[in-house]
Amino acid sequence: MALIRDIAQVCKSKNAGPFELTIDVVFADDATFERVRASGVLGPALFARLYGVAEADVLFTPYPAGRAFKATLPRLVPAGEIGDTDVYGAQQHAPLLEVDIPP
Amino acid sequence: MRETRMVSVSGILGYGYPEAALQAALARGVDMLGCDGGSSDPGPYYLGSGQPFVSLRAMKRDLRLMLRAAVAHRLPMLIGTCGGAGGEPHLQLVAQMVRDIAREEGLHFPMALIHSEQPKARIEAGRREGRIRPLGRMPPLAAATIERATRIVGLCGPEPYMRALDEGAQVVLGGRSSDPAPFAAHALRAQLPPAQAWYAGKMLECGAAPALPKGPDCLMVTVREDGVICEPMGERACTPLSVANHSLHENASPIRHVEPGGVLDTSDCRFEAVSPRATLVTGMRWQPAATYTVKLEAAERLGHRAVSFAGTRDPGLIGQLPGFLDRVRALVAEKARDLEIGPEAWRLTIHRYGLDGVMGAREPRRDAPGHEIGFLIDVVGEDAEIAAAVIALARTSMLHCDFPGRLCKEGNMAIPFSPSDLMAGEVYRFSMAHVIETEDPCALFPIEHERV
Repeated sequence: MALIRDIAQVCKSKNAGPFELTIDVVFADDATFERVRASGVLGPALFARLYGVAEADVLFTPYPAGRAFKATLPRLVPAGEIGDTDVYGAQQHAPLLEVDIPP
Repeated sequence: MRETRMVSVSGILGYGYPEAALQAALARGVDMLGCDGGSSDPGPYYLGSGQPFVSLRAMKRDLRLMLRAAVAHRLPMLIGTCGGAGGEPHLQLVAQMVRDIAREEGLHFPMALIHSEQPKARIEAGRREGRIRPLGRMPPLAAATIERATRIVGLCGPEPYMRALDEGAQVVLGGRSSDPAPFAAHALRAQLPPAQAWYAGKMLECGAAPALPKGPDCLMVTVREDGVICEPMGERACTPLSVANHSLHENASPIRHVEPGGVLDTSDCRFEAVSPRATLVTGMRWQPAATYTVKLEAAERLGHRAVSFAGTRDPGLIGQLPGFLDRVRALVAEKARDLEIGPEAWRLTIHRYGLDGVMGAREPRRDAPGHEIGFLIDVVGEDAEIAAAVIALARTSMLHCDFPGRLCKEGNMAIPFSPSDLMAGEVYRFSMAHVIETEDPCALFPIEHERV
């Protein structure tokens, strides 16, 4: 068992414009990146489940040059709209921290 | 081989940078000084209200050092998205600040302003001609959305900056712009290829963000025909990984960057350390678009905000929070009606810190609330008077509303300050994320020259 919070070098979220949220996870070395990629755990289905959106609304990009994965999905409400909790989108990464990557 | 060196002083004009880093860049030799002046990230208020999101003091300090350097070294100086949101009041604020500094310092230079605020009639004409289309999940642009907008801006590409420089400006202040545009403009004008020019702009738009460790610094990017070299001027390093990972920052994809006039494709980029602090990037590609498009942003006014803050330490209340908050909402609505304020005139949001205040409906952990919970009580009313009336009702209802088994009969909430209600100003929403097609990249962005 290896939680993202224990094996990632960076796990962060931010606005990608006022209408979308983007979540990045970066690993410290190529071996960890490749192990996570091979596990198949990270993908549109996972982010759709964690963030309550349709799989078709998740743009998922593995980015080997940065040993990173990126997922971009709709915000719950647009940035700064009434009811928004996070104008910058900077604290929406936590559900990913608890994701388990099998050995 | 052709090359040009550009320096970005800071992530945003007014976020600050060490003067020593700028001096180090000047000592190395620079061909252009630039800084991105804004972002949509701080939210719609700034575009709607015309206000900046950094202090005037901080903005003036950052500008003063740049202007002294630009004049002393005869460098072009380009600022994008002036004043935070790049509307007309934002641009005029920065322009006046530049004139004031020039007078104080005895500096003289030709200056150009690029206006990015869009008249409603122009956008409405574009809509009727079918030249506007929505981005992402936005609906097609409605005439009513244009009408309701408080302010509409277009994101300027590099072409107006290039024209302003061609026409003799040394200092160019841009309204809302694509973040890399001022930098891309300088590199394109230096006859460097568009892929390298745009990539350089992507690196420079956030100051020293591509360097590690994070912190205020100036970034130098050398643009060559075969690639770009990123190097911070302070005690940091641009490593192959830190530069590669800057492509993740604030965008939907790390490999496909949509810009006015084309797409920057970074999927085959290679990153190579050329010194312990500098990284060379090669392999970027530019795919010109069939049609030139300009992104539109707009803010429309929703009303006026008043807020109050309160916390509970009562386990009986924390154990039945949803029912309690429903009762509070009903009580506020009833009392507002007594004041002849209808339900359409206000919106009440109660953020629950310690439960789901950060993630709202997306919070997965709902099983274990803490022993205390903080409430940010947020009212948006049609006007300030209604917001003030409703926040007072909401505060007193949170404090005194009864609930089953209530022991804390003198009050449900700890309120940390008096006065307890704070007026938080006008409230806006982002109402456009569309593009408008244009044959002339400069047509939407009038340029005005002056001698300072």
